[in-house]
Amino acid sequence: MTAIMNQPIRVENLYKTYGDVNAVKKVSFSVNEGEIFGLIGPDGAGKTTIIRILVSLLRADSGRISFKGRDVAGNTAFVRANIGYMPQRFSLYPDLTVDENLNFFGDLFRIPKAIQIQRKERLFEFSKLAPFKKRRTGQLSGGMKQKLALSCMLMHEPQVIILDEPTFGVDPISREEFWCILKSLAQNGTTVFVTTAYMDEARLCDRVGLIFEGDVLAIDTPDKLLKSFTGSLYRVGSASPHTAYEKLQNNPMFVSVDLFGDGIHITGDQALTVNKIKNEMERLALSYSAVSKIHPEMEDLFLSLMKK
Amino acid sequence: MNRILFSIIKKEFWHILRDYQTLMVILAWPVLMLLLFGYAVTLEMRQIETVVVDQSHTPQSRDFINALASTSFFKMVDSDVPQHDFEHILQERKARCILVLSPDFAQSLQVNPETKIQLLIDASDPNAANYIQNYLMQISAQYNFKTNTKLVLPFVVEPRILYNPDLKSYFFFVPGLVAVIILLISALLTSIAIVREKEVGTMEQILVSPVHPIQIIIGKTIPYTVIGFLDSALVLLMGHYLFHVPIIGSLWLLTFSMFLYIVTGLSFGLLISIITNSQQVAMLAVLMSTMLPTIMMSGFIFPVESMPVLFQYVSVIIPATHFLTIIRGILLKGSAFADLVPQLSYLALIAGFLITLSIRKFKTTLE
Repeated sequence: MTAIMNQPIRVENLYKTYGDVNAVKKVSFSVNEGEIFGLIGPDGAGKTTIIRILVSLLRADSGRISFKGRDVAGNTAFVRANIGYMPQRFSLYPDLTVDENLNFFGDLFRIPKAIQIQRKERLFEFSKLAPFKKRRTGQLSGGMKQKLALSCMLMHEPQVIILDEPTFGVDPISREEFWCILKSLAQNGTTVFVTTAYMDEARLCDRVGLIFEGDVLAIDTPDKLLKSFTGSLYRVGSASPHTAYEKLQNNPMFVSVDLFGDGIHITGDQALTVNKIKNEMERLALSYSAVSKIHPEMEDLFLSLMKK
Repeated sequence: MNRILFSIIKKEFWHILRDYQTLMVILAWPVLMLLLFGYAVTLEMRQIETVVVDQSHTPQSRDFINALASTSFFKMVDSDVPQHDFEHILQERKARCILVLSPDFAQSLQVNPETKIQLLIDASDPNAANYIQNYLMQISAQYNFKTNTKLVLPFVVEPRILYNPDLKSYFFFVPGLVAVIILLISALLTSIAIVREKEVGTMEQILVSPVHPIQIIIGKTIPYTVIGFLDSALVLLMGHYLFHVPIIGSLWLLTFSMFLYIVTGLSFGLLISIITNSQQVAMLAVLMSTMLPTIMMSGFIFPVESMPVLFQYVSVIIPATHFLTIIRGILLKGSAFADLVPQLSYLALIAGFLITLSIRKFKTTLE
């Protein structure tokens, strides 16, 4: 019983439509205490819809979603007072200073002034925003804005925090820094539920759910997910990857061919070898710089699951 | 409860004070409107361009023309033009009217019981034509009394003009402006303030907190109530000291009815903010649904009684209709609470209806 009560988030058979669009189709997953759970998928996969239902801003058509053992739909006030939510769009007041935004959110959650001051000091330690206290929020950089939004959300020290694509549009260094903060929060016992469209951020999560068109394709730790990748994967470097991709796309020799930033990724059965690929490329008169067997990344796995 | 409310109010004041441009518009606009209506917009006519054709050239005719010219109503722009130019003068708008005294004017005055003089009026502006006709009839009546002491009339109307003896049009406009300004500030600014939070996405953030919707509503409306009060006080003070508009009635009653009216405006703005999602749409909706009816149909300029019956019914649901009666009554006539009970009740009814509706419709989700 206590295990269920402590389960921060539990989603069962969640279903939501907007008109004719099935935004979320029978999604089930749960998030455990103190872990970083990442819901990863492209834009339009249904991530924001799930989050908004979770924070009681939207109602599900069917299914059940519970927060700390309580049904979200019936306990709106409890959810809103105890959850930390950082929406996808930057949602602080640009004409207020850093300090004023923090105070405002402290006040909203009825945090006594003395405690607010302590918490701000602690939050400034990791956000490094102390020198910008008096600056208007609208004049901060993208990375700083996200850190401030996170800090505002942490003013009431929620045990469970929900972040909708917090690193979207943020530069790589700030992204790294942001994830470090999430890591240390989780280490201190905070449960983190985060969504992202960046596949490479999967390795930073304790567990990952891959979502596509309202369906959860797989849920597991990043390592186990990558191990579930069947078949062998090859990378073909090419000067004209588009032409190569188009010509190889429907080749029956391969299970799948995908266009990546670093070339073409080819998935095949166990019988496929580097030489077989080279021969096929030469037969089709396609130029290539190198062919090598590689370990699958999350994006490879995602694409293979997506096509099933 | 109060902490949250207080911090929302504080935040809202920051928004207002830091948006200098909007703040300047809020403060300057009423002053500008007042100066405009006070000095420039007037329903009276002065200095009417007039051409006089004196074919009589007698002491009598000159006497009459002098009586005309000595008032500030008529301005002689030309005289003794030939008849074939009359059309031309009116077409080119060189004059609004042409007065013709026939050659037998002086003679006829002595012989005939009735002497006719001709007045040609350009009635492309019917209101102006009306004024010109009235002015000339009054002046000629005075002339007749002066020159013909034997003239006996069965009775004379001796009017006593009460509450605005000089018939100053800004006595009429200043209270009206207060009604328009309060409505604009309270309805427009409130709706924009709430819709902005929806548009920018901050509403999504503050909804996921222990904040009660009532706190958001009250917290967002109080600052605009204050601004609305400040603006109307500004207009009233300027009206009182610059244009000498009297404030005869009770200031408490005035404040109370202004408060009631502001609440009506706020709840209307709230309603608009609930059904719209962008600041531009909200602004348009408020202008269309409050400003136009208020200016056109509430009696701000055109009296409700002279409207078609259908519009008179519509005017009943326009808050300004009642507030105008109240504020003009208090300022100019010194009306007391008892005199204004029907209007105050109407206003309270509209406010109560709007506020109940908007609080019930206020969405705490994103559906």
